Amino acid sequence: MTTDAVVIPGAVVEGRPWTSVLHEWVTTVDHKRIGVLYIVYALLFIVIAGCEALIIRVQLMFPHNEFVSPQVFNRMFTMHGTTMIFFVAMPVLIGFSNYLVPLMIGARDMAFPRLNAFSFWLTAFGGLLLYFSFLGGSGLYGAGNAPDVGWWAYAPLALKAFSPGHSSDYWTIALIVSGFGSVGSAVNVIATVLCMRCPGMHLGRMPLLAWLNLVMSAMLLIVITPLTAAQFMLLVDRYLGGHFFDTQAGGSAVLWMHFFWIFGHPEVYVLILPCFAFISEIIPVFSRKPMFGYPVMVAASVAIGFVSMSVWAHHMFTVGMNSYANSFFAITTMAVGIPTGIKIFNWLGTMWGGRIQLKTPMLFAIAFLFQFLIAGLTGIMMAAAPFDWQLSLSYFVVAHFHYVIVGGILFALFGAFYYWYPKVTGRMMDETLGKWHFWLFVLGFHLCFDVMHIPGLLGMPRRIYTYEPGRGWDTLNLIVSIGAFVQALAVLIFVVNLVMSYFKGEPAGDDPWDAWTLEWATSSPPPAHNFATIPTVASRRPLWDLKHPEDPDSRYE
Amino acid sequence: MSAIAIPATEMPAEWRLPYRGTIGMACLIIAEAAIFTIFVVAYLFYVGKSLSGPTPRGVLETPIFFTVCLLSSSLTIHLASKALERGARGAFVFLWLSTIVLGGAFLFGTGQEWHRLIHEHGLTISTNLFGTTYYSLVGLHAFHVIVGLTLMAIVALFAIVGYVGRDHAPRIGALSLYWHFVDIVWVVVFVVVYVIGR
Repeated sequence: MTTDAVVIPGAVVEGRPWTSVLHEWVTTVDHKRIGVLYIVYALLFIVIAGCEALIIRVQLMFPHNEFVSPQVFNRMFTMHGTTMIFFVAMPVLIGFSNYLVPLMIGARDMAFPRLNAFSFWLTAFGGLLLYFSFLGGSGLYGAGNAPDVGWWAYAPLALKAFSPGHSSDYWTIALIVSGFGSVGSAVNVIATVLCMRCPGMHLGRMPLLAWLNLVMSAMLLIVITPLTAAQFMLLVDRYLGGHFFDTQAGGSAVLWMHFFWIFGHPEVYVLILPCFAFISEIIPVFSRKPMFGYPVMVAASVAIGFVSMSVWAHHMFTVGMNSYANSFFAITTMAVGIPTGIKIFNWLGTMWGGRIQLKTPMLFAIAFLFQFLIAGLTGIMMAAAPFDWQLSLSYFVVAHFHYVIVGGILFALFGAFYYWYPKVTGRMMDETLGKWHFWLFVLGFHLCFDVMHIPGLLGMPRRIYTYEPGRGWDTLNLIVSIGAFVQALAVLIFVVNLVMSYFKGEPAGDDPWDAWTLEWATSSPPPAHNFATIPTVASRRPLWDLKHPEDPDSRYE
Repeated sequence: MSAIAIPATEMPAEWRLPYRGTIGMACLIIAEAAIFTIFVVAYLFYVGKSLSGPTPRGVLETPIFFTVCLLSSSLTIHLASKALERGARGAFVFLWLSTIVLGGAFLFGTGQEWHRLIHEHGLTISTNLFGTTYYSLVGLHAFHVIVGLTLMAIVALFAIVGYVGRDHAPRIGALSLYWHFVDIVWVVVFVVVYVIGR
């Protein structure tokens, strides 16, 4: 297919009844369509959860504010956290890996296409179930309500005595359902990477994106399932009169904490690894250099996968573990910084001496490097148990993990959107709007989350409904809230850019960035079968070999 | 640029990747193992912490016979899939049905034990911590036995009608992997509940 024969999806649907188009999307088992479904679904939820964040920030803008009631405030931070992790970050990242992994390893689809569709619909209905709680949370008791026990639902708060009605059950069952979806897609990605690679693509020649998604999926298998198990225990306690977390009958509330964080902390790495993957594809292309230290990058990713499994209890230093446990988890938490540091140096090494092109994806990647470094450093600060005793459960922690999730994960994601949008739609995103989006978002992000560290240091607890004036938190909270709205404005520009470029963007062609991985070898958007002939590769940069037959990479590998 | 982008450079002499069914099942087993680990940890953590009776020492009896049934079903399913690889369909059907019978016997044993515990000793999932952890862990395992038996019954139906042939050997192999896992989990559950737990 030549460039001018590229069909824009919008053009394809013209003239067909919308029911037939809808039917095609609902019943699809094509990994690209499922990937797009995941991403669109996550974008929908990011708007919802973003609005919840804005409600929180308006409430905290001034002391003694009563924008919402305390009950609504509790629901907002619970739903914001749960939605952002399980129904925004997870689906959007799984969506990207669905779309990109088969293309990058030269496969025609995932290993189990129907399982893939099943996983998506599980995740989708999980999200709907969570939000149905607004209507059905109290069942027959009257007014509905959403879960309000925080996104980690500590026992005994989540037990029947303190959380009557069904609000917590919607939370529990939504996460069980979407958890099965995540496990399904993890199984799929692993089987795809191990069994579907095109001829010549040894593991040592795989794009780093495929490697990192392999590690992420392997982690998902043993990270999501402990949460699922703990959720079942919670259901047994709530509905069958069990005593797992019932301290009155000898049960332990601390056990729930362990189970939750055995999931909860590795989950952060599950989310950040695919973002490392985006950065590892974007930085080489826009530095015009091959990835520096590829084998070390792979080794560091696997090391992160292993070490991050043994750091969970650093969320629990204030619970009162013994000093051996405290020391162990402090040391492992600091140790996970080593492979992460290796990665940052490798990205810098890739940029070093390169002809850097400051296109929008690269801008986001560079901002990611700075912000992720700072997020990592505050993480190391809190890895020191005594320091954590002082700051745990304060806004310092909130600032730290938002620095990771927004400054790291979201920035990498925005970069990925700008980088792969031409492949998915066949049109470029607008550069000017992209720059506006980037600079406004950087401004809003730093206003919001740099400043947020300070009220934390001054003692402002997280999840607090309101506060007294004159503690030195007032102005800081106002600045944080203004930063939140600046970010919302930037995201609005991004959404406008996404929609406008779909209809009016410049046609992209197959390979707008002059990149080197296999997804750019096929047309944009790719045909249903991806590749007319299954490609054969001889190096890590197959398209470089194709474009430079006089000096192919394969000569040096 | 053409969609047929990559010119066939020298084709690797042999390009063989593992069977996706085996890898998929292995991944599922890893995920399931994590679920069981959490339940086993909870069981061990709560051993002897019940505030009231009945206690494991007082009411549990070691189910030796049914354990032997379940473990020997691992052998029969292994022999069954080997028979299918050879194309010996008659032997396959016989061994496959024996696996189902042995698994069914085990499930009967679990049911019998639960019946005895509930009716003779009044132990339910809400009685005490022992009840909660015991029924959850053993029940989770029994649930996996039921899933395995259901899948095997479907295969048995197809096999009797004559649809299962040598071509299906890799898939049968993946299913037997799952059954081996169910058996291995029982070894762990057995040790935890009937040996350490008492």
